[in-house]
Amino acid sequence: MSENALTNESTSVLGGLSAAAADHTLPATREPTATPDGLTGVVSDWSEDKQAFRVPWGKAMMWIFLLSDTFIFTCFLTSYMNVRISTTVPWPNPSEVFALQIGGRSIPLILIAIMTMVLITSSGTMAMAVNFGYRRHRAYTTSLMLLTAGFGATFVGMQAFEWTKLITEGVRPWGNPWGAPQFGSVFFMVTGFHGLHVSAGVVYLTVVALRVWRGFYDRKGSYETVEIAGLYWHFVDLVWVFIFAFFYLW
Amino acid sequence: MNRAVETVPAPGHEHAEGQQHPITIYLWIWALLFIFSTFSYLIDYFHLQGYLRWSLIILFMLLKAGFIVAIFMHMAWERLALKFAILIPPLVLLILIGLMAIEGDYTFLTRLAAFLR
Repeated sequence: MSENALTNESTSVLGGLSAAAADHTLPATREPTATPDGLTGVVSDWSEDKQAFRVPWGKAMMWIFLLSDTFIFTCFLTSYMNVRISTTVPWPNPSEVFALQIGGRSIPLILIAIMTMVLITSSGTMAMAVNFGYRRHRAYTTSLMLLTAGFGATFVGMQAFEWTKLITEGVRPWGNPWGAPQFGSVFFMVTGFHGLHVSAGVVYLTVVALRVWRGFYDRKGSYETVEIAGLYWHFVDLVWVFIFAFFYLW
Repeated sequence: MNRAVETVPAPGHEHAEGQQHPITIYLWIWALLFIFSTFSYLIDYFHLQGYLRWSLIILFMLLKAGFIVAIFMHMAWERLALKFAILIPPLVLLILIGLMAIEGDYTFLTRLAAFLR
């Protein structure tokens, strides 16, 4: 019985092989359309009808961009961890560095706490904008997106205030009055790069919001661009969560 | 949870409107993010120190990051292929972080040895 099965199997394998060999001699019957070579071939290969992610391509691309951005910000935060571990002088206490005098009383880290709340508020309004976009509420979507951009601009303004305060207190990329000189370089690099992302996001959201207002996406028949812009904005908030935890609170 | 995706017509369809969820979900997550941020700030305000401080910071950070990615960025409702493609690659960064922590310790000890001699 088992011998029989074995022979059956081997013959079928052989049969398969011979069939494959037969196929190989007749490629023209299998592929009626010729595959172009050279640059035309590159274009036809890359534009072939294959789909891995069942989302709009713009959304997949935004996710991949955000993935690459994750690597950049992680490199920054990892280098920060490295210099903070390896320095032999004490690290300046962020709780005191970022304290503000309010009503004659020094409140620790208060500016950063307010900036965090502003960014979270903007994330919430953005999520609402995406929701109303899919419901085709043009007025709500536009105003919520402009509100989000406004909160973003407020955040950047507070960051400019923070930079000005620290620079006048003598913080430089190569030194500061309170301790490890690396504090300044990490601070300007990390918060600067994040602030640049927020500023770019403000422009991006404003452009998309104005297009929503003009009915561009109604004519296009899809509001996915609003969601894609939202992905970028939430990512900016996400990065701040990590900066807040590791740079300001640690 | 997946029902929201299934009600959407075939992908690529002209009138397919993806990711529609009740507004109450967003409002709840929004409120939670405020609460977690307030707690994070209070860690510093009340001068918690040592392992308690660090573990609480990490806990609130991961909760906030998780809710932002899962709900606000809709990752919870995406298909597994996209989840894997986006969420697994960052895990290799843990190797970089581990290596750089070791490197930082080594540099610190070398500096101590050089400066104290």
